[in-house]
Amino acid sequence: MPIHEKTLIRPENLVTHEHLEIDGVDVSGHWSTFIESRAVTDYNENLQEEISALAGGENIHRCWQCGSCTNACTVNAINPDFNPRYWIYLIRMGMEEELLRDKDIIWQCVSCNKCTYACPRDVVPEGVMKATAHWLELKGHTPESPSTIFDDGFSQQVFDTGKIEDSRVMRGFFKGTGQSLTQPWLVAMVTGLIKRFPLFYLIRMGWQTVFRPKTRGWGRASRAIHEYVEEVEAANRAALGLDAKGAK
Amino acid sequence: MPKDLKDPSLKKVAYYPGCALEGTGHAYNKSTKAVGKELGLDLVELKNWNCCGAMEVKNIDPNIQTYLSARNLSIAEDMGFDTVMAPCNGCYHNLKKAEYDLANDEGSKEVNARLSGKAGHATYAPGKVETIHSLDWIKRAIGEEELSKRVKNSLKGLKIANYYGCMYSRPRHIFPEKDKGEGSESTSKPHFMDDLLAAAGAENVDYPLKTACCGGAHTLSDSDTSTKLVLNLLTTAEACGADVIATECPTCHTGLEMHQIRAEKVLGRKTNVKILYFTQLLGMALGLSAGKVGVNENFSDSRALLKEKGLG
Ligand code: SF4
Ligand code: SF4
Repeated sequence: MPIHEKTLIRPENLVTHEHLEIDGVDVSGHWSTFIESRAVTDYNENLQEEISALAGGENIHRCWQCGSCTNACTVNAINPDFNPRYWIYLIRMGMEEELLRDKDIIWQCVSCNKCTYACPRDVVPEGVMKATAHWLELKGHTPESPSTIFDDGFSQQVFDTGKIEDSRVMRGFFKGTGQSLTQPWLVAMVTGLIKRFPLFYLIRMGWQTVFRPKTRGWGRASRAIHEYVEEVEAANRAALGLDAKGAK
Repeated sequence: MPKDLKDPSLKKVAYYPGCALEGTGHAYNKSTKAVGKELGLDLVELKNWNCCGAMEVKNIDPNIQTYLSARNLSIAEDMGFDTVMAPCNGCYHNLKKAEYDLANDEGSKEVNARLSGKAGHATYAPGKVETIHSLDWIKRAIGEEELSKRVKNSLKGLKIANYYGCMYSRPRHIFPEKDKGEGSESTSKPHFMDDLLAAAGAENVDYPLKTACCGGAHTLSDSDTSTKLVLNLLTTAEACGADVIATECPTCHTGLEMHQIRAEKVLGRKTNVKILYFTQLLGMALGLSAGKVGVNENFSDSRALLKEKGLG
């Protein structure tokens, strides 16, 4: 498959003529106008360097475009637009505008590492997906994805107390993304269990809400981690040429 | 100590349950401990352990995740253990990854030393503690032969699809002991759970999605994707003739249960295959009651099926 397969057959490049004849040939119907817009001039020469400065992106330069990652990819199987091989190509070429067309789905990588398992060049495409999603947010191209909101809420709990408690993570996430905790499927799930096993379930939920699980003596580790996170965030912003606050 | 114990050093190991086993995965914790007790194996829980960072902390920074696991490994070492058993795929994976990164990546090593120093505990050096999964533990400490002798209530007639998920075998490089031929675990077609359940009398179906992904990393943040992935796991298991999907990870297990219900409520796709931890199945085969292995705590209600098969 040619490297440019996707650019060439975008719906917006298709034209339709009900009756059109050129040089005596009937070309009525749909056809692609890709030939009109081939020249790319808006390269971002720093793109690969920026992505590889973020955690996970370090090995992107090794990619030889074999496509094994996309072929193995879990998300690609349900959404053909999810194409790690293609995004790695765009990043290496500096084709930022083209990459931005897919900015809303890159975060959907489920970290299954099927790509990493298949990659013959140790690129760790899973890491590249995470670095790219991170880059999109730091540069302000996308708002924080639900995944980032989840990761942040979860990690803050770990950094603060050393442990997490899943119902708290869940409540925090639903609040952070403005979703209701009374979605029918969630209600069905919980009530099904409570019907069978009311006491145990309610006691456990209640207990864990009041007595948050904690790692004893975590204070110093917590401070050390928080300090380190600040350091990493500053380094990430510097690598992307952003000011101290970054573009959010 | 039973005579034919294969690896006697595994009779007593350090135990790292992890956060999920204290929350939604409680039944896995309960059934793992119950099976261990029944088989005469000792678990000594790590003192003051911390979260391994699951699938999330690495997205803030992978070195912090390495530190979190290194702290747990240093606790095991302090307690005098050279083996730690983690039943959760996420914990198991992260401890393995930390072991690999500390041996091969200067950056992780440096950050681990710095954070350990500031936190005031010993810096874990790789090679001191081996991390094993609950599957390795039972397989290596007891083995199929001994296990089959201990079975009081055979799983005969129960058709099982064994589901291992992603973190148990990928990426390959953090599991140097796998893919070593005869007797070792395979990363492409794992079989340790199949082996143990077969020894307990179950009939394993040929399940092609053993190592497919359940979307666990985005089970809440991208529920539609997870539901599609899980529905595929469930319908394929049913097409293979399975009554039960056996799991060995709390995230996979809860994901399968949640999205089975979600697929029914949101997509109108109902499936009947039941979801049980492999330790719940082994426990019942060893003669423990369904209650003792926490079957009531599962969202997936398997009571009628177990009754029909004369289990629990
Ligand atoms: S880790 Fe992400 S990119 Fe890689 S195969 Fe899985 S979903 Fe696809
Ligand atoms: S599998 Fe590896 S080398 Fe092949 S296209 Fe994907 S990242 Fe590049």
